[in-house]
Amino acid sequence: MAKKQSSNGKGQSKAPHPSGDERYKVIDRTMKRFKYEKDALLEVLHATQETFGFLSDDLLIYISNHLQVPLSQVYGVATFYHLFTFEPLGKHNCIICTGTACHVKGSASIAEAISQKFNVPIGKTTEDGLLSLTTARCLGSCGLAPVTVLDGEVHGKATDESTIERVERVLANEVKV
Amino acid sequence: MSREKLDQMADRERERQEKFDRRVFCCISTACLSAGAGRTMQALKDGLEASQSGDKVEVVQTGCMGLCSRGPLVRVRENTGEETYYADVTTELAEELIAKYVPLSEPKAGDEALAPEIIETRSRLEAARRKRTLKKHILSQNLPFFTKQVKVVLRDVGYVDPEKLEDYLAHGGYQALYKAITEMTPEEVCDEMSRSGLRGRGGAGFPTGTKWTFVRKAESDIKYVVVNGDEGDPGAYMDRTMMEDNPHQVLEGMMIAAYAVGAYHGFFYIRGEYPIAIDRIRRAIRAARRAGILGDSILGSDFNFNADVRIGAGAFVCGEETALIHSIEGKRGMPRMRPPYPATSGLWGKPTVINNVETMASVPAILLNGADWYAKIGTDQSKGTKVFALAGQLTNTGLIEVPMGISLREIVYEMGDNVPGDAEFKAAQTGGPSGGCIPMSHVDTPVDYERLKELGSIMGSGGLVIIDSTTSMPQFARFFMDFCVDESCGKCVPCRVGTVQIRALLDKLLEGRGQVGDLERLEEVCEIVKSTSLCGLGQSAPNPVLSTLQFFREEYEILLPS
Repeated sequence: MAKKQSSNGKGQSKAPHPSGDERYKVIDRTMKRFKYEKDALLEVLHATQETFGFLSDDLLIYISNHLQVPLSQVYGVATFYHLFTFEPLGKHNCIICTGTACHVKGSASIAEAISQKFNVPIGKTTEDGLLSLTTARCLGSCGLAPVTVLDGEVHGKATDESTIERVERVLANEVKV
Repeated sequence: MSREKLDQMADRERERQEKFDRRVFCCISTACLSAGAGRTMQALKDGLEASQSGDKVEVVQTGCMGLCSRGPLVRVRENTGEETYYADVTTELAEELIAKYVPLSEPKAGDEALAPEIIETRSRLEAARRKRTLKKHILSQNLPFFTKQVKVVLRDVGYVDPEKLEDYLAHGGYQALYKAITEMTPEEVCDEMSRSGLRGRGGAGFPTGTKWTFVRKAESDIKYVVVNGDEGDPGAYMDRTMMEDNPHQVLEGMMIAAYAVGAYHGFFYIRGEYPIAIDRIRRAIRAARRAGILGDSILGSDFNFNADVRIGAGAFVCGEETALIHSIEGKRGMPRMRPPYPATSGLWGKPTVINNVETMASVPAILLNGADWYAKIGTDQSKGTKVFALAGQLTNTGLIEVPMGISLREIVYEMGDNVPGDAEFKAAQTGGPSGGCIPMSHVDTPVDYERLKELGSIMGSGGLVIIDSTTSMPQFARFFMDFCVDESCGKCVPCRVGTVQIRALLDKLLEGRGQVGDLERLEEVCEIVKSTSLCGLGQSAPNPVLSTLQFFREEYEILLPS
């Protein structure tokens, strides 16, 4: 957690974070780039999530202190936007697009199939932390609907079976290691 | 940079391109990438390298060619201008393409020690030369999907390398900006826009020239220009395509807007779900700044302008202009009452022009070709062209640019080549969660702002999802209500509570608990939400329900007890 600091918040970035976590430097750099303007809150949250994978309470407090924005406001903004998450994602992430085009081509069935097969509720992560199942509003690949994304790799014209098979493949590698 | 240098850069690039016998364009837009275009592109590059004919043929990465359902797409363009399109290009097919179009040059003297993988590729290319599969993948340019299109906004998309400023310049890039700042006064630019009849492509269709004139006349030292790239409608991806595939065109439009209204600073607000678009716009800004097109004394004039990117974070409501402003200011993206409109009090309380990506991308062509040219395209009230993302249950899906006023029948049956399989066309959904469904009985309706509104739908940003007879309309309406419940920002009661109540009523019907009078109640709640919500999201949220109730009432009635 950040120390109490001077009013303008400037010059704070030089001292390393007490935890020794180098990743805090990314947050510092972003805040510095925006001259610690309060308006930069959204950009800082983006940079933080990109670096840490999710927004923990500690991170929100750190940002609140350094940008001089009340914690309630930081929390309010972060929770308003769907893209920010407050829990770490699983090692592998399967995203099912639920946009209109994918919906009429059966994306709900794919999401349900993955959820049942791997015992993971939609929007959650398996207990072993290996697989997250999330949905997206529209990935903009409507010409290839339905679309799924596994670990960043997009898969068009997906079916229940093809998606299950792909997830099984990444999880199989996981057990061997 | 001066005009001469700009022309020099463009000429150099044109000369360089003309040196090749032919150029091979590979689409690397998101849809084609999902279909494996990354591997296709690599195979083309490897093949070209192995054939040692890099001086005769060029492989170019480019943007969307339209027919996304048949990706990855590759176009071969001869120096003579003749073009051949290939669909579903796998890596094997890519090698066959190279074998057909690229001569296998003898290794140059002193170059005998070719790397083993190159020798291997060369032998594969030799083998590929004997194959005859390529012909089956040729995509005829006489298909209605291509011939019915009129390209204004997408003119260069699929031809320019989006990461290369020189290529945009070689296609006449930034000439419109130059014309504006050297030959025209800001007032003339605004008038030209008004005369062209261009209306906002984000959904509401407000006349662009009028909006610019408001901001131009507003008295303030500081004004802003914002490009709205928060394309939240599921099923729509025109704006993403523009930003990814020809970012400089959007930037040029934005700069012309800035000149017209007297703004020195602008923002791109781009959806966080579009990482490639964000990256390409950022690159375009950097390249333009390096070349002196962006910054101080632009193209040798006294016009200064700078642009920045702000990233959205997955809130549909941020497409609404006042919500978008709050989001750029780092706040919760909630809308506020209008007036005051952003034209008088926008970003940080200053006069602000907010235009959608497609609107901005239309601007350079209008200035170069003249307002009269543009006004000739389209209908009386809706001028120009509109880009649609054609998706859903259709044989041909992808991105099309059509003149306003084209009938839905032409789009569905000719361009889209009908619904596949035994199912039949049932309805076309426009405008995403804010729009409605247009049934078979209105399939001859000309597509323009007014007609769609009469049918209880909206033009929206350009998503056009085709639904076939297998889809249940009440369930489809519920899908959209679910979306609106999720995306309602919670500020005003009608939207926050009303959308939940509408969804509950739909659930009740769909779960077989329907009662006599439920449909009337549903309509009543919809009307209240529509007429009393604060912003466009709430005001249009009931549209999917109301329009399906209007045209497919029988599907609701069978859910009631007999």
